[in-house]
Amino acid sequence: MFEYCADPSLLSDARWMMCYLTSPKHIAFYYSFGTVLGLLAITAPCALLLGFGGAVAARSLFWPLRILGKAYTSMVRGIPDIVFFLFVPIALDQGLEWLRHHAKCSDWTEPVRQGNDFVVCPQAKLPLNSADAWVHDAYSVFLAVLAFSIVFGAFAANVLIGAMNAVPRTQIETAGAYGMTRRQSFWRILVPQMWVYALPGLSNLWQILIKATPLLFLLGIEDIVYWARELGGSKTRTFTYPHPDWRLYYFLVLLVFYLALTNLSERFFQRMMTRLSHGQATLGGEALRKAGKGGAAA
Amino acid sequence: MKKSFVIAATAFALSATAVTAGDVVRMGTEGAYPPFNFIDDATGKVAGFDIDVGNELCARAELTCEWVTNDWDSIIPNLVSGNYDTIMAGMSITDERDEVIDFTQNYLPPEASSYAAMSADVDLTGAVVAAQTGTIQAAYVAESGATLLEFPTPDDTVAAVKNGEADAAFADKSFLEPFVSEDPDMSFVGEDVGLGGGLGIGVRESDGELKAKLDTAIQSMKDDGSLNALIEQWFPGNSGF
Repeated sequence: MFEYCADPSLLSDARWMMCYLTSPKHIAFYYSFGTVLGLLAITAPCALLLGFGGAVAARSLFWPLRILGKAYTSMVRGIPDIVFFLFVPIALDQGLEWLRHHAKCSDWTEPVRQGNDFVVCPQAKLPLNSADAWVHDAYSVFLAVLAFSIVFGAFAANVLIGAMNAVPRTQIETAGAYGMTRRQSFWRILVPQMWVYALPGLSNLWQILIKATPLLFLLGIEDIVYWARELGGSKTRTFTYPHPDWRLYYFLVLLVFYLALTNLSERFFQRMMTRLSHGQATLGGEALRKAGKGGAAA
Repeated sequence: MKKSFVIAATAFALSATAVTAGDVVRMGTEGAYPPFNFIDDATGKVAGFDIDVGNELCARAELTCEWVTNDWDSIIPNLVSGNYDTIMAGMSITDERDEVIDFTQNYLPPEASSYAAMSADVDLTGAVVAAQTGTIQAAYVAESGATLLEFPTPDDTVAAVKNGEADAAFADKSFLEPFVSEDPDMSFVGEDVGLGGGLGIGVRESDGELKAKLDTAIQSMKDDGSLNALIEQWFPGNSGF
């Protein structure tokens, strides 16, 4: 980065530190914060959508859909996360490659499974061997997002089912009395009002999701935990910047990062809660009404 | 019908080219085992003895190669499931691994493994010895009667000795040597042990063609002395071979 970084062994401490902290390896570390935040930003809406679908399915009057919804929520919640994270990406990756193999290489007569090996034709590889490194990275992030969404979607579904059941039944009955169909009363009465009941559960899930991002490392994605370990480990003279075991300091940085993220999201959920409580027949809504802030809308 | 299918499949397997010309060979490595493979500060990419040898082999076999890092723990499963095509990660040829994957001929002769400890008078038979999970060194310690303490990365094993969690770390001598020479409190203890059949390149058992190409390339590097030059460059003055 800086001209004088060419031979770090000659530098003074401050300059050495400057060079050290701007080495390409550290730049990759800084980028990985973006990876983690990006993953959270994509996963949270996906999981919420999946959870909503699961909740609707589990409450459905159509029994096959109901069984599907219930099976999804109870199965995924019952399996340890780590097993799921090891299983989903591998199974999904091999499943997709297997499908592509049959679609693209129908003249290929070798078996896909040869002893321990899983062999598909080169054109069926996902991503292709010749693809750029970033495509490979994006693909593993995609698999990670999917695994996270499936797991957290199941928990979100359960939270949303509870929230839907918490909306006072008289509201739905009144909607029926006004001549609304089941679908209309679901979208116009139930869904807008359930969020206030769902929010505490969902904010919990979000916090757990934040804390679960180090699992990315298991999926081979070079996230902040990977880099903190890699950079912090003691470095001998084989490296350009030799130093003793500094993992403590790197993990301290991660600690601050995760705490700051938690604090920010806590504030966000506090605001959401105030907004959603307006005019609700809950303790929070009542408090707002007494403070003279939310009565008119009700 | 079925028989003719089997014959056709065998014929096809013999003629099939697993690696077509111009296709990219993905080379798996760990990136945490200096001087064999590590992430270079100056470039942020993998470097080391494995990488130098691998790049030269690829040039000789006329393959386009790309390096991929993978956790040591899952490095063999990810090879057989096709995430990359070779393993060059300071991996010794052993019978156990050979049952799951194939190895080329060795590109580094069997190297001595050593114990590094913070005090010279550690009794190795009753000591707590740190080694990396899934290595020949871990298997050896488990057999030796000492208490084995396993860690996911080689660096963790040295850290465990320094903070007193383990009495000694057991690893390839060329990995431990810089730690011992740079830390005055640390020293080699006990006898060196010869383990494994040298470092080989791991390939899928079904990938015979790639294995043959790499074998030929390794032989040519051995014949013209360029492999020895690289060994001399990365392991200067190492008498462990």
